[in-house]
Amino acid sequence: MLRIKNVESGYGRLKVLKKVTMHIRAGEIVTIIGANGAGKTTLLGTVSGLIPARSGEILFDMKEIGKLPPEKIVFLGCSLVPEGRQLFAPMTVKENILLGAYPQYRKKRGDQVREDLERIYMLFPRLRERERQLAGTLSGGEQQMLAIARALMARPKLVMMDEPSMGLAPLIIRDIFSIVVKLRGEGSTVLLVEQNAKAALGIADRGYVLETGRIIMAGTAEDLLSNREVQRAYLGRDLDAEGTM
Amino acid sequence: MYWEPDKECMNREELEQLQLERLQSTLNRVYAHVPFYRKKFDELGISPEEIGSLSDLPRLPFTTKEDVSGNYPYGLFAVPLREVVRIHASSGSTETSSVVGYTRNDIAMWSKLVARILVAGGVTKDDVVQVSFRYGLFTGGFGLHYGAERLGASVIPASSGNTVRQIQIMKDFKTTALVSTPSYAMLVADTIRELGIPVSALSLKYGLFGGEPWSEKMRREIQDALGIIATDNYGLSEVIGPGVSGECLERNGLHINEDHFLVEVIDSKTFQPVPPGETGELVITTLTKEAFPMVRYRTRDLTSLKAGDCPCGRTGRRMSRLTGRTDEMLIIRGMKVSPTKIESLLFEIEGQEPNYRIVIDRKGAMDEVTVLVEAAAEASFGQERRHVGRTVETIRKRLTHELGVTVDVKLVEKKVLEPVDGKAMRVVDLRKL
Repeated sequence: MLRIKNVESGYGRLKVLKKVTMHIRAGEIVTIIGANGAGKTTLLGTVSGLIPARSGEILFDMKEIGKLPPEKIVFLGCSLVPEGRQLFAPMTVKENILLGAYPQYRKKRGDQVREDLERIYMLFPRLRERERQLAGTLSGGEQQMLAIARALMARPKLVMMDEPSMGLAPLIIRDIFSIVVKLRGEGSTVLLVEQNAKAALGIADRGYVLETGRIIMAGTAEDLLSNREVQRAYLGRDLDAEGTM
Repeated sequence: MYWEPDKECMNREELEQLQLERLQSTLNRVYAHVPFYRKKFDELGISPEEIGSLSDLPRLPFTTKEDVSGNYPYGLFAVPLREVVRIHASSGSTETSSVVGYTRNDIAMWSKLVARILVAGGVTKDDVVQVSFRYGLFTGGFGLHYGAERLGASVIPASSGNTVRQIQIMKDFKTTALVSTPSYAMLVADTIRELGIPVSALSLKYGLFGGEPWSEKMRREIQDALGIIATDNYGLSEVIGPGVSGECLERNGLHINEDHFLVEVIDSKTFQPVPPGETGELVITTLTKEAFPMVRYRTRDLTSLKAGDCPCGRTGRRMSRLTGRTDEMLIIRGMKVSPTKIESLLFEIEGQEPNYRIVIDRKGAMDEVTVLVEAAAEASFGQERRHVGRTVETIRKRLTHELGVTVDVKLVEKKVLEPVDGKAMRVVDLRKL
């Protein structure tokens, strides 16, 4: 579904991504884990067209999207749930959700929007309850749900999520991640960027480890979870310190 | 039957994307963690970032057997020793042996690859697999053992040696698949014949043989003598051990596990790639190994890549069965002689058991070559001397003619040419002493 080859990008003179190559097949949950500043957000920004790729190929559904503006990429079916939610705080929950339906209106599929909204409310009953509330007054977990809901309104084939667990309590994180699993169950493909490597690898099929802009490891979630370097650096575990002697 | 159909039958485009991803992450890791590679890359002025395609591979430096032994024992490990759960070493056929390590993930991956090869060779979880490779530092025993266990077969860790007992086990435990070196399989076949055990008393169906080159003639003999389908498989400890490639039941080339190993076949003089079908030295880059990654390892094994698809459905390219070693060419009185050539000639001369040893010695300034050939069963039992003499003469003439070097031939009794450490000892060069 998504195939990235040798992508390099960055900000100004700073090159963040160095020859990043990766792929996602339809129906997969793939996670990119890495420390702060490794380039995870830059990678999602580059795929979604917010940051221009300096070189490399980005193929979405076998179509080169590296030079397309962000809105075209959304139209093609690739949506981003940005880091820090980026909601419109003074607008209501419903208004925020409907903003995500913009591509549907553009495609003159206004009739579908109601249907989609219903589907979203089924997935996030909490948002239905709060539909008239201002987005800024929601709890962190609810805001994250709203950000995901907004992205889903574009009917994406691929949902990219940037740190959905950020700033959330463990129980809420579990809710959010169970939604990700549900989305895949409904046929979506998910690219998940996370600092919470343990939670992300817990639901992902495969993962990539990004370190200072380079992919240093790739494998099944199972393999990465049992890799001691990953355990030490990203899972906060040190088996040797855990008294396995 | 496949073990991992989605991997073994992957389309080329998808495979190449996966290979590139894995190559790049492997290079990033070796550059960061193995001083040897960093130094080599820096000397060539190449950084992992410059490798943007599989066709950039030739820009990377080779790694040789000397590099491995020069970093004895742990110099090429890419993880701290505490992450290593297994250590193997190649037998010391050269000055020092290669020490290799495996993380827990490496062992899991290795087991899967060996399971693939077992399945390709006809083995299923319902089989009783007798592993008659030597267990120990050599990767053959444990490699096949873990793979067969992973597959779910019933594994008998028989190890090598004590052939009569092995045959007893084979008979009583109803072994259906034998895993060993081809020369050990020959020894088993001979011993069964001597013991007067009919093949029908055994339950053997499949044999997976590796660890040394063997000819098609030898395959036919093993298959006939043991009533099995014999497949060839290939691997070497510097790369992983068994599990690099293996034949399917078509027996027409060894499918390479290309999602884990990147292979090149090069001319060992010019280092240029040779076209498919042409023989050259096999060069392997590992794509998924954690503890002991290898970049462009020169195996010194001679093979060629086969063109075309295999009817079995596996998309992994096939390499031909090994045709020799780059470093085993014998220079005899200035002439290059390949032991494999001698082997194939011996097999062509009918009536000869394919068990032999080449002994080279220097008398004064002259190299002398003696080929010891094990006598055929009939010949050793009261055949007339004249007949034996005639056979020896036939072999001597044929070898001398084909090799361009005068060769002496001696028939020896059975059991004289016993395998050493489970591997047939084919060449003894006394000149080096």
